[in-house]
Amino acid sequence: MSFHTINLKINDVAHTASVEGNLTLLELLRERIGLTGTKNGCFSGECGACTVLMNGEPVNSCMVLAAEADGARILTVEGLAENGRMDALQEAFIEETGTQCGFCTPGMLISARALLDRNPNPSEEEIKQALRGHLCRCTGYVRIIRAVQKAAALESRRAA
Amino acid sequence: MSEKKIQNSESLIGSSVPRLDGREKVTGEALFTDDFQFGPNLLHGRIVRCPHPHARILHIDTRKALELPGVRAVVTGEDSDDHIGLYLKDRFIFCKDRARFVGDPVAGVVAVSEEIAAKACELVDVDYEVLEPVLDPVQGFDKNSPLLHPDLGEYVCASYIDPEPGTNVANYFRVRKGDIESAWDKCSAVVERSFRVPHVQHVPIEPHIAVAKVADGGKITLWSSSQSPFAQRNLIAEALGVSQSDIRVIAPYVGGGFGSKAGVSVEGMAVVMARKVSGFPVKLRLTREEEFTCSFVRQGLVARTKVGADKAGNLLAMKTEYYWDAGAYAEYGVNITRASGYSSTGPYRIPNVWADSYCVYTNHPVGGPMRGFGMPEIHWGIEQIMDLVAEELGMDKVEFRLKNCLQGGDRNVTGMVMHPIGLSECISKAAEAIDWDKEAAPTVPGRKRGKGLAIMWKAPAMPPNAGSSAWVRLNEDATVSLGLGGQEIGQGTFTVAAQMAAEALGVPFGWIRISTPVDTRYSPYEWQTVASRLTWSMGNAIAAAAKNARTQILDLAAEHWDENPDDLDIRNGEVISYRSEQSMPLKDMVVYGLPVPDGEGWHGGPIIGHGNFMPTYVTDLDNETGQGTRAVVHYTTGCQAVDLEVDPTTGQVVIHKISSAFDVGKAINPEQVRAQMEGGVVQGISTALLESLQFRDGQPVNPGFVDYRIATSVDIPTEIIPIIVEVPQDDGPWGARGIGEHPMVPTAPAIANAVAAATGVRILELPLTAEKLYLKMEEAEKD
Repeated sequence: MSFHTINLKINDVAHTASVEGNLTLLELLRERIGLTGTKNGCFSGECGACTVLMNGEPVNSCMVLAAEADGARILTVEGLAENGRMDALQEAFIEETGTQCGFCTPGMLISARALLDRNPNPSEEEIKQALRGHLCRCTGYVRIIRAVQKAAALESRRAA
Repeated sequence: MSEKKIQNSESLIGSSVPRLDGREKVTGEALFTDDFQFGPNLLHGRIVRCPHPHARILHIDTRKALELPGVRAVVTGEDSDDHIGLYLKDRFIFCKDRARFVGDPVAGVVAVSEEIAAKACELVDVDYEVLEPVLDPVQGFDKNSPLLHPDLGEYVCASYIDPEPGTNVANYFRVRKGDIESAWDKCSAVVERSFRVPHVQHVPIEPHIAVAKVADGGKITLWSSSQSPFAQRNLIAEALGVSQSDIRVIAPYVGGGFGSKAGVSVEGMAVVMARKVSGFPVKLRLTREEEFTCSFVRQGLVARTKVGADKAGNLLAMKTEYYWDAGAYAEYGVNITRASGYSSTGPYRIPNVWADSYCVYTNHPVGGPMRGFGMPEIHWGIEQIMDLVAEELGMDKVEFRLKNCLQGGDRNVTGMVMHPIGLSECISKAAEAIDWDKEAAPTVPGRKRGKGLAIMWKAPAMPPNAGSSAWVRLNEDATVSLGLGGQEIGQGTFTVAAQMAAEALGVPFGWIRISTPVDTRYSPYEWQTVASRLTWSMGNAIAAAAKNARTQILDLAAEHWDENPDDLDIRNGEVISYRSEQSMPLKDMVVYGLPVPDGEGWHGGPIIGHGNFMPTYVTDLDNETGQGTRAVVHYTTGCQAVDLEVDPTTGQVVIHKISSAFDVGKAINPEQVRAQMEGGVVQGISTALLESLQFRDGQPVNPGFVDYRIATSVDIPTEIIPIIVEVPQDDGPWGARGIGEHPMVPTAPAIANAVAAATGVRILELPLTAEKLYLKMEEAEKD
C-alpha cells in the first residue's frame, strides 16, 4: 500500500495527512479528521449525501481520492457557519422545514451554497436542476426548494 | 398579580414551531449511528450471503477466511440460537440449514477493516444444494409448489396470526359479512379486475447500520439506526436467551426509516458477531446494494377484486382475494396480511363482503413493514375499481365516493362502529382544490389532460396492547427533561412531543429538552416508532406524565399557600392562584421544595412525573368471519386529487397539481403535518411512476440507484396542496391522530385514475411507467 502525504485546507483550517492511495476524501473527512457532518449514503456517487465543495465546486467526496485533494480547499457542512453565525441557507432550512431526517441535508446545503455562489438569484427550475443529484426520501423537495429561494432573497437583501 | 399575567398564554397546540432538531441537522452536528466514534478497538463486520433463491446449506468451511490476517472471527448459523421474529418467529439471525432468498445471511466475518472482512467473506466456502424456488405468490399458494417452511407449524406466533402448516401460507385472514352470493343479482354494475404491485424498497438515505459490543459477562450494548430500540431489545433477548435488562440499545437520529428500520434486521447479526469478540465493538453497515434487498422490502401483491353497486350507485358487494408476496420470512409481514384483510373494503360502506387475504412465502427478499403497511398496495386496486364502477353507472367519481364513503357511526367491514371522521370533507376539499368540475386544456397541444382522485383509510396495525410511556423531570431552573422512547426518524416527533409536554405542564416551549438519544437503559418504554402511532399514543403518555408532575407541583404550592389545588394553575412557568392571585416561579420549588414557615422544615422535593398509555379496548376478531367489536384503535382517512397530463408521444406523465387532504384529528404542528403530506405525496408519486424491484429467477436485477430510480427534485409536481381536516379523535391528545404514513397511500391510484381519465387507458400493474403507458396507448389505438 502506497502512502501519500497531502496538504489541504478544510473549512479554512490547514491539515496535513498521510493517506493510503485508495482512501476517499469522504473517509478522510469522516474517519480520520472526525468531520462526520458529511454523510455516506451509497459510497458510489449516486445519492449526493457526501457532497462537499472542492475548490468551490461541488463533488461527491466518496468519488474523490484523498490524494487528489492535495492542495485543495474543501468546504463541508461544518464550515458553513462563520463564527457561530449560520449561513443564510442554514437559517432558511430551519425556518422552512427543509430538513426532516436530516441525512441528505448537509449535501443539499453544500450544493445549494455552490448554486447561490455562482447564481445569487436562481429560478425554481435552476434550483431543481442544481439539486437533482441529491436524493431525499422525506421532504418531497418542496420545502428544500423554498428554503433555497428564501436564502437567496435573504442574501440579496443583505448584499443590497 | 396583574391581569396580564393571569391571561392564558397562546396555546402551543396547533402552533407551527420550528423543528427542535433543525439547528443540529443543518450544522452537521446531529449524530447518526455511523457518526459515533469507537476508537481503534473498533472491528468491522461483513456478511456472507446466499447467492441462490432457495438452497439447503450442506457445509460451511470457514478455515480459509479465519486464516486471512486481520480476521478476528467468523460466525454461522451455529452461533445464532433460537428463532426470531415480531409476530411469527420464523427465521434465524444466521441461516442454519436452509437459505431462502438471494442475500440470506449465511455467515458473518469480523475483521479489523471492512475491506478485509469483505475479502474474507469470499473465502468462506459454503456447499449448497440448490432447491427449486417459489417466485410468485400465486404459485406459492398452490399446494404442489415447493414448501419453504416445513416447520411452520412449530413456529411461535401471536394469537391473532393464523399460519397454515404444510403450505406456504404464513397467515390467512378472512372476512365473511352479509350474503355475498345473493348480492350480485341486485347489482346493476359489477366490475372485476386483477391488480399487481411489485416489491419496492424504502430507500432511506442512511443505510442500515448497527454497532454491537458485548462485555461484563455477556451484557450487550447495541448502537443502531432504529425505529424500534425496545422491540430490538426484546426480540434479540428472546432469540439469544438473555435478559432484556442486559441488552442496552442506544438509538440516535435515524436517517430515514419508512418501516425498514422497524423490528430487527441487521442488529441481530451485529450482536451475534460481537459475542465472538467480547470487549470489541463490531460495526455492521449495509452497502447500498445490500440495502435494496437484505433488510426489508415492501411485500408484493396480487389482488383479485369484484365490486358491485345498485342502479342508484349504492355499493352492495365486494369480493377480494389478496395473495401477498411475503418473501422468505413473514415474521413481520404476516400482520400486513391481517391489516389488509380487515381494511379490504377501503373506507366504504358495503353490506356484503367476502375477503381472503393470504400471506405467501416466496424466495424473494423479506417483505416487511413499509410506510402504509399494506394500504398503498390494496388501495391501488380498490380505488381503481371504484372508479370503474362509477364509470359503469355513469356517475361522477366524487359523487360516487361521497355517496358510499364511511361516516362516523357507520359499521365498517369488521362490524366496528366508526368514530367521527372527516372523510367527506377531505373529498370535497381535495376535489375543489384542483377545480374538479372544470375541464382543463392541455398546456401543450397534443397532450392529454385529466383529473382523478382516490380516497383512503388506514389504522395503526399493531398488537392490540402496544404501549407507550414517558417521564418529565423538572430541573433546577424549571427547564424540563422529557424522557420518551419514540424515535425521531424525520417525522418531527421530538418537536410535537415537546409541544405537548410544554402545553400540558404549563411552561414555555423553549424549556423542554428531549432526553436523547433514546436509550433502553434510561428511556421509558415505547413499543415501536411505526404505524403513525406516536403523536397519538406517545402523546397520550407525555400528556399523562406532564399532568402527573403538574399535580405534584400544584399540591405542593397549595400546601405552601394553604389553598385548594383546584384554585391553582401553572402558566408560563409560574404557579398562580386564581383565588389569592399569588404567583411563584417553578424554579423556586421544583427541585429543592419549599420551606415550611418559621423554619419548621421543608416540604416537596425533586419533581418527576410519569405517565403511560395503552389502548385497552381492542377486541379479537372472529376467526371465521373477521367480525368483532373493535378491530383497531382508529382510522385516519383522506383523499388526494390529481390534475395531470400525458404526453402521448412518450407516455410521460406530467403532474400539475395534487391536493392532499387528511383528517388528522388535530394538527399539533400544522407545518409539520403539511411537510408529511408533501413528502408522502412525492414518495407516492415515486412508487407510482418509477419504482419496482425486479427479479430474474429470484436474482435481483436492479439493486442500485442507477437502475432503481426514486423521485428527485425534477420529478415533483408543479404544485402540492396540503389540506388539514380536523375531526377530533376521542382518545387522542388534544384530539390528534397520526399522519406519517397516510399521504402516500392514495397517490398511485389517484394518478392511475387521472391517467385513465386523460387517455382512456388503465394500468393495473404498478409502476405506471412511461414505457408501459406508451405501449398500452399504442395498443388501445390499434383496437
